[in-house]
Amino acid sequence: MDSCHMDADIASRTEAIVGRLKPLEGPLLPILHDIQAEFGYVPQASLPVIAHGLNLSRAEVHGVVSFYHDYRETPAGRHVIKLCRAEACQSMGGDALAERLLGLLGLDWHETSADGAVTIEPVYCLGLCACAPAAMVDGEVIGRLDADAVQDLAKAVRA
Amino acid sequence: MPLIQEIDYGTPASKAEKTVRVTIDGTTIDVPEGTSVMRASMEAGIQVPKLCATDMVDAFGSCRLCLVEIEGRNGTPASCTTPVTEGMVVHTQTGRLKDIRRGVMELYISDHPLDCLTCAANGDCELQDMAGAVGLRDVRYGYDGENHVRARQNGEANPRYMAKDESNPYFTYDPSKCIVCSRCVRACEEVQGTFALTIEGRGFESRVSPGMHESFMNSECVSCGACVQACPTATLTEKSVIEIGQPEHSVVTTCAYCGVGCSFKAEMRGQEVVRMVPWKDGKANRGHSCVKGRFAWGYATHKDRILNPMVREKITDPWREVSWDEAFAHVAKEFRRLQFQYGKGAIGGITSSRCTNEETFLVQKLVRAGFGNNNVDTCARVCHSPTGYGLGKAFGTSAGTQDFDSVEHTDVVILIGANPTDGHPVFASRLKKRLRAGAKLIVIDPRRIDLVRSAHVEASHHLPLKPGTNVAVLTALAHVIVTEGLFDEAFIRERCDWSEFEDWAGFVAEPAHSPEATEQFTGVPAEEVRGAARLYARGGNGAIYYGLGVTEHSQGSTTVMAIANLAMVTGNIGRPGVGVNPLRGQNNVQGACDMGSFPHELPGYRHISGTEVRDVFEKLWGVELNPEPGLRIPNMLDAAVEGTFRGIYIQGEDILQSDPDTKHVQAGLAAMECVVVHDLFLNETANYAHVFLPGSTFLEKDGTFTNAERRINRVRKVMSPKNGLADWEVTLRLAQAMGLDWNYSHPSEIMDEVAATTPSFAKVSYALLDEKGSVQWPCNEANPEGTPVMHLDGFVRGKGKFIRTEYVATDERSGPRFPLLLTTGRILSQYNVGAQTRRTENVAWHAEDMLEIHPHDAEQRGIRDGDLVKLASRSGETALRSKITERVAPGVVYTTFHHPGTQANVITTDYTDWATNCPEYKVTAVQVTPSNGPTVWQQDYEAQATQSRRIAAEAALEPAE
Repeated sequence: MDSCHMDADIASRTEAIVGRLKPLEGPLLPILHDIQAEFGYVPQASLPVIAHGLNLSRAEVHGVVSFYHDYRETPAGRHVIKLCRAEACQSMGGDALAERLLGLLGLDWHETSADGAVTIEPVYCLGLCACAPAAMVDGEVIGRLDADAVQDLAKAVRA
Repeated sequence: MPLIQEIDYGTPASKAEKTVRVTIDGTTIDVPEGTSVMRASMEAGIQVPKLCATDMVDAFGSCRLCLVEIEGRNGTPASCTTPVTEGMVVHTQTGRLKDIRRGVMELYISDHPLDCLTCAANGDCELQDMAGAVGLRDVRYGYDGENHVRARQNGEANPRYMAKDESNPYFTYDPSKCIVCSRCVRACEEVQGTFALTIEGRGFESRVSPGMHESFMNSECVSCGACVQACPTATLTEKSVIEIGQPEHSVVTTCAYCGVGCSFKAEMRGQEVVRMVPWKDGKANRGHSCVKGRFAWGYATHKDRILNPMVREKITDPWREVSWDEAFAHVAKEFRRLQFQYGKGAIGGITSSRCTNEETFLVQKLVRAGFGNNNVDTCARVCHSPTGYGLGKAFGTSAGTQDFDSVEHTDVVILIGANPTDGHPVFASRLKKRLRAGAKLIVIDPRRIDLVRSAHVEASHHLPLKPGTNVAVLTALAHVIVTEGLFDEAFIRERCDWSEFEDWAGFVAEPAHSPEATEQFTGVPAEEVRGAARLYARGGNGAIYYGLGVTEHSQGSTTVMAIANLAMVTGNIGRPGVGVNPLRGQNNVQGACDMGSFPHELPGYRHISGTEVRDVFEKLWGVELNPEPGLRIPNMLDAAVEGTFRGIYIQGEDILQSDPDTKHVQAGLAAMECVVVHDLFLNETANYAHVFLPGSTFLEKDGTFTNAERRINRVRKVMSPKNGLADWEVTLRLAQAMGLDWNYSHPSEIMDEVAATTPSFAKVSYALLDEKGSVQWPCNEANPEGTPVMHLDGFVRGKGKFIRTEYVATDERSGPRFPLLLTTGRILSQYNVGAQTRRTENVAWHAEDMLEIHPHDAEQRGIRDGDLVKLASRSGETALRSKITERVAPGVVYTTFHHPGTQANVITTDYTDWATNCPEYKVTAVQVTPSNGPTVWQQDYEAQATQSRRIAAEAALEPAE
C-alpha cells in the first residue's frame, strides 16, 4: 500500500473506533487505547480523524497523545519488554540488570531490533516493588529477575 | 504622551455582587466574592510576583512564583488560584516566600538564554522583571546541564533544541525562550476559541506545539495574535517589534476594518507604528483582536499609496500630478460647468463607510448645501440598507438593539446569513466563549460555516437553505411558534399592536407556510425547522445575529421584517441577552447611515421632505435645501448612461469592484465627464476617474467611527497624513473651492455640528468620548451616557409592528443553462474589496479568490481540486480556481470578492431588494466549466486597468498647455 492508501485505511479504521466509543464520557483515552490495540501504535494519520470525530482541535489530541509515553508513534516489535527503572528496582540491582539485558539484545532504550522481534522500554514502577527487580513482557509481569532470568528472557523473545 | 501601561490584575474580575473584606500586607480592602488573592492584592496596590497568570485567562497555578502565606492556613498557596474569604489575612512577602521564589526563578533561568541585551523583549519581558523582583543574583546550577537553549551542546547537536518558527508573516515562535507557562495555549483556547495550541510531551520535554507539532502556518492557527499578547517572554514576538524595537508612546484608537469596532493601542516609536495591541477597556472587543486589526496595517505605508493629487482629461490619458490647489480648482470648475450645462442634479457624491462620521457628514453636507441636490448615497446601499428599512418599519429605528456584551447573557443564538469567524472574528470569539459555557446555536446558512461545527462548538440546528429562500424559512419558524402556541402573549399585548399581531398570526399559520410545505423549495427538513423554532421560543434569552446573507437579496427588507417578527413574537427584545443584531460589514457603515448619507434622509434618519428638519439645517447652513430625495447609486449609474448625470465625487469606496453587475457600473462611470475618486490607492473605480484625490488612513486623522452596536469610538491621529491632508480637510478644501464658507479647524467641531442638529447625538462631544471612552447613541437629555440596550420600556415607534412576510421567489432562477446557484461571502484574512489587506502579508492566507464547489457537482463536470474553471452567469463570466468541499451543498457554489483579478461581481446580476435597491449578491444562477485561462473579459479588463494606471513620469514630459 502506498502512503496515501495507507492513510485512507487508517482513517476508516479510526473512524470506526471513534464511532463506537464516542458515546462514552471522556472518550479520548479509551479511543487511543483501542487505536493502539488496532494498529500497534497511534498513527499520526488517525489524530485528525479523532479530532474531527470528537470536535476537538488536532492540537488537543496531539497534546494528550504526546503526554502519555504508552502511546507509540511507531509500531513496536513482536515482543515488548518494559524493564522497571524506578527506585525500588534500582536498589535491588536493576541498573546492572538493565545493562546486561540491553547488551544481550544489542539495543538501547526505546529501540526495536532490526528483525522486529523485540522492543525494549524503561518503565517507572510497575507496582511490583516487593518482587524487585521487575519487568513486564507483553503485558505479563515478571518479578525477582536475576542474570539467568534475563538471559532466558533475551533468548525467548528472539525465538 | 507615555506608553499606556494597563494594569494586569493576574486573574479575571469576579462578577459577584457580594463583597468580602480581606487584609493584605496590612491593607484592608473589599473585593467581590470569588476574587483571587492575587487580584485583590493588585487592587490594593500590591503586585505579587507572577509568570503564568494574566487577567485575560483563568488562573492556572503552574509557575509557583505567586505563592503567599495566609494566617491560619498551612503552606504557601498560589495566590492566583486561591479565592479570598471574609476576614482573610494575607502576607505576600516573607522570608520563606522570598527563598521559594528565588529558588523557582533560579530553575527558570538555568534553562533560559542570557541574551537580554539583544533580545526583542528587552524592556517588555516579564521573566526579566520577575528575576529583578525576586532579587535573583546567581544561578547555582550553572548553564551546562540539559537545556532547550543551545543548538549544539558539547560538540553535538542538542536534541532538545528547536529552531525558531518564522512561518507566520507577523510573529515568530522561538522555543528556546519558552518557559512553558501555557499562557499562549490558554489565550488561544479561552480568548480566541480556536484551540490551535497545546503543550506536547511532559516534564522537561514539555513544549508549546501548534497543531500536531506543526509550524504555525500549517496549524489551525488563525493568527489573531492573542498568544503573542499573552506571552511573557520573547518566545512569541511580533516581527515588527523584532525589526523596530520597543515602542515609546501609545495612543488609543479604533480599528478601521469590520463593524465590530475594536479599540486598540497604537504603540508607536516616533511616527512609526511598532504594533497594535487591543485595548482591555475597549467595550466592543474587551482586549481581543483578529489578524486584520492587530497585524494588517502595513497598507498605510505601502508603496502603492498615491500621495499627490492627479488630474487627466480623458481616462485613456496617463495621470498628471498636480498641486492640491490646482486639483480643487479643477474639480470646482468642472462640477459647476456640469451643473450649468446639464442642470443642478447632474452631479452627486458617495460617502464612505470606511471614513469617519465627521468626513461622511461633510460629504453629504457638500452635496446638499454645495451641489444643491440630494444625490448622495453610500456603500450601505449595497449591504445593510434593508436593515434600515425593515427595522425602521418594525421598531421605529434601524439600529441594532444590543451591545456586544449582551452575548454573555444569551441562551439561544440564531445566526442568519452571517459568518462571524471570518467576517466579524472578535464577535465570533465572544460568541464561541458563550457557546462553550452552554448557550445553544441555530445556524441558518446555505454553507456549513465554521460555527456549524468546529472545536468545542456545535450548532444544535443547521438549516442549510437554498439561497434566496430566507423569507420562507423564517416564516416557517414563525408558523411553528404561532401554531404550537410558543409565543409570548403578555409581551405582545403589552408592547405590540394586538390586532396587527392577530392579522400576522393568521397569515403565518396558513398551511402554505408550514415547514412541511416550504421544505420542497427551501430544502430544509421540516423537523429541523420545528426543532429550531421550539428551541428559540423556549430556550431562554434568544438573540438573533444576522449579516449580509439576509440583506443582499431581492427580499432583503422582507427578511429583516421577518426577523423582527420572530423577536417580537417570542418577547426577545428590550433586555440584555436578546434582541436583533445586524452585524455591520464595515467599520463605519452604521455611522455613515447615521450621518445622512442616504438621498432621502438627513442625519439621524429624518426624511428630507420634513420641513422642520430641513429648517434646522437651513438655518445653520444658510442655504435652502431641496425637499426631493436624490438619486441612489444604481439610479446615478442609470442616469449617467442616459446622459443626465455627469459628475461624481466618490470618497473611499470602490464601486466598480464592490457593486454588482460590473459591466453596468463600468458603462455608467465611462459615460460621466468628471469622476473624482478620493482614495488611498488607484482602485478599480479610479480606472474611470478624471481626478484622483489621495486619501489618508485611519492612523492619520482624528474622528469617530460608529460600530455595529451604535458605539461611537474615537479615532485618533498617530502620524501625519502622508498625502498632506486628512480626508475631512480634503472635502473642506473642495467645498471652499466651490465657494462655500466652511471653517472647521478640527473634527470635533464637525461633531459639535452633528450634536447641535441631530437629536440622537445631542449630548455627544469629544470631551464626553474622551471621558467615557465611547458611548452608544441615542445619547441625549434622556440618556446622557448613551444607550446600551434599545427598546427597554417600549419600542421607539410606540407599539412594535408585525408585518406580513410573503415569500416571493427571486427572478434569478437556476435552469438548464445556469444550473448552479452562486452565493458570495468573505474570508478571515481579507477585507471587502481587499484594497487594504491585499497590500499586507495577509495574502499569505488567501492569495486568490477560489470557487467552492461540492464534490458531486465537480465530478459531473470533470473538475479536480485546484483546476481553473470558468464561472458564467447571464451577466458575465470570469475564471478562477476551484476548491472542492462539502461545505457547500450540491447545487450551490461559493466565492469571495476580495481580488480584482477575479471580479466576482461581473457575474452578479442587477436584481435588487424591492424596497431599498440593495443588490442581490447572494443569489446568481451560474454554470461552471473547466477552463484553460482567464476569460476574454478578464484580459480586456486587465489591459484597461494597466493602461489607466499610468502616471506621467515628469511634468516636463507633458505637452505645454
